[in-house]
Amino acid sequence: MEIEMGPASPPKFDVLAARRRCLAYRRRILDISQQVTALHVAPAFSCLEMVDLIYHGLMRRDPSRGNPGFLDGFVMSKGHGCLSQYVILEDLGVLTKTDLDRYCTPAGQLGAHPDYGVPGIEASTGSLGHGMGIATGMAYADKIRGDDRRTFLVLSDGEFQEGSTWEAMMMAANLNLENLIAFMDLNDFGGLARMSEGHPAFYPVLEKIRAFGFEAAEVNGHDAAAVLQAVVSRRGRQPFMVVGKTVKGRGVSFMEHFNIWHYRSPSKEEYEKAMAELAEVSS
Amino acid sequence: MRNTFAQTFYEAANLDQRLAVVVADISPAGSMQKFRDEFPDRFVNTGVAEQVMIGMCAGMALRGLRPFAYTIATFTLFRPFEFVRDDLCYQNVPVTVVGIGGGVTYSTLGGTHHAMEDVAVAAAIPNMTVIAPCDPAETRAATLWCAGQTRGPVYLRLGKAGEPDFTSRAPEPWEFGKLRYLNRGRDVCILSYGPIMKVAVALADRFQKAGKTVSVVSVHTIKPLDRDGIVDALNTHKQVVVIEEMVPRGSLAGQVKEIAWDRRAQCRLDSFTLHDHFIHNYGSHNDLLAAHGLDLASISAKLGLA
Repeated sequence: MEIEMGPASPPKFDVLAARRRCLAYRRRILDISQQVTALHVAPAFSCLEMVDLIYHGLMRRDPSRGNPGFLDGFVMSKGHGCLSQYVILEDLGVLTKTDLDRYCTPAGQLGAHPDYGVPGIEASTGSLGHGMGIATGMAYADKIRGDDRRTFLVLSDGEFQEGSTWEAMMMAANLNLENLIAFMDLNDFGGLARMSEGHPAFYPVLEKIRAFGFEAAEVNGHDAAAVLQAVVSRRGRQPFMVVGKTVKGRGVSFMEHFNIWHYRSPSKEEYEKAMAELAEVSS
Repeated sequence: MRNTFAQTFYEAANLDQRLAVVVADISPAGSMQKFRDEFPDRFVNTGVAEQVMIGMCAGMALRGLRPFAYTIATFTLFRPFEFVRDDLCYQNVPVTVVGIGGGVTYSTLGGTHHAMEDVAVAAAIPNMTVIAPCDPAETRAATLWCAGQTRGPVYLRLGKAGEPDFTSRAPEPWEFGKLRYLNRGRDVCILSYGPIMKVAVALADRFQKAGKTVSVVSVHTIKPLDRDGIVDALNTHKQVVVIEEMVPRGSLAGQVKEIAWDRRAQCRLDSFTLHDHFIHNYGSHNDLLAAHGLDLASISAKLGLA
């Protein structure tokens, strides 16, 4: 199965529009943070540009199949990053404003981890190290049935401490799943400590990914144009992984690189300061 | 049972393109090799990597396939347990997790290969169905049911090889979720499942020689349990004996006792299970069962049979 993703046919993707969207998505996530106390703001901010690119620039759509009519699949393996997914699904009309307003409440259907069965959610994640195996099964099923669907997958760097991720990577490579396109959110933070300090053997990363049979490229994960370029210029004969170097809490100065924002919700004062930083500016 | 499973799966997979099997470095017994040769796309070997075996099955099921995960029971269920729980049961996808060598079938391989608590562990997970056929004929019926079902994940607990036939001439067909009487009597009812049915059948013979009429029942579907069927067995026999190759916690025996108490059953009720400890014995399957007190002589003695 050949997947045409060469530079000859780059998907239409407006980088400036993406920048504006991501500012709005960050503000929307902060709005939600004022309704509930427990959520994962910083891990959603670190992968936001990549998730935005996947939904708006990479996943093919067929409007005749309804809205959004995605022809490709998406699995958020780092389930704790799902706020990034929810705000985009709201923007696309897959989830409603009411769905997001009821985030983590008894009347709602959205929790702090994505749940299969909710519109737009293709797999239940939250326990780390599961997404690569599930996505490998999905991509394999598509491949043997001749379905040209691609499966996009976003993983946290912490998930590469799980052996299951590497087990599944070897299988994806063994099975030549060129229809599997993964994105590592390399923000260098676990829940407890920086990976580079607590788990330094994780580095260098790119060589390890390649050694496990993936084609891979390392880029700035907040630079959507660079991520897109990496994806469209891949050779595409193996599974592919973007190693996206990111900043945890990206976009709000006092959240960047401060791991307390893995879990913490901003106070009213912090919220207003953050919203001011995320105000739309003419570029 | 292993060969019957493979042959049955092969036949079903010939008719249904959605059926696939994902194994973790286990030799493809019997017709599994034939399936692999004829449908290489639908046979995946993950190697010694059970987490991805289960994860891939979940992903394949989410894309519309009907995968079977297949390896030795300890490795199909215990090793990737949280993947079984989250990927299969939480998402409630129709994947059959086949455990070969349930109980102490692998009698020379030691405790690492004994699935003594598998039924309890599997049945404890919401959405999981647990089926344990007692012979090749039931293995065939159960495999066909698993291949066609859409209700969710199933743990299919099998023996290994060489199990005798107990059910091909049973008056009732195999029916999912129902007790199956292999023969009917009025005095004693023996409830069992899996290959240890050989002990149940031999025990029935001893009861008959002692002048009792005996029902022998295959409780092949452990979850959902046929509670009405259990109540009926308790109410229509003077004595009920449960024999199972599983630890006491979470056992069929425990459930039968619970039902008996709730319904104020009047019958005598005895149960025989694996012991709640690891043993370091080796030998034949019968030797291992004897070490757990599950041999005919030990059970007969405890029931006062010669």
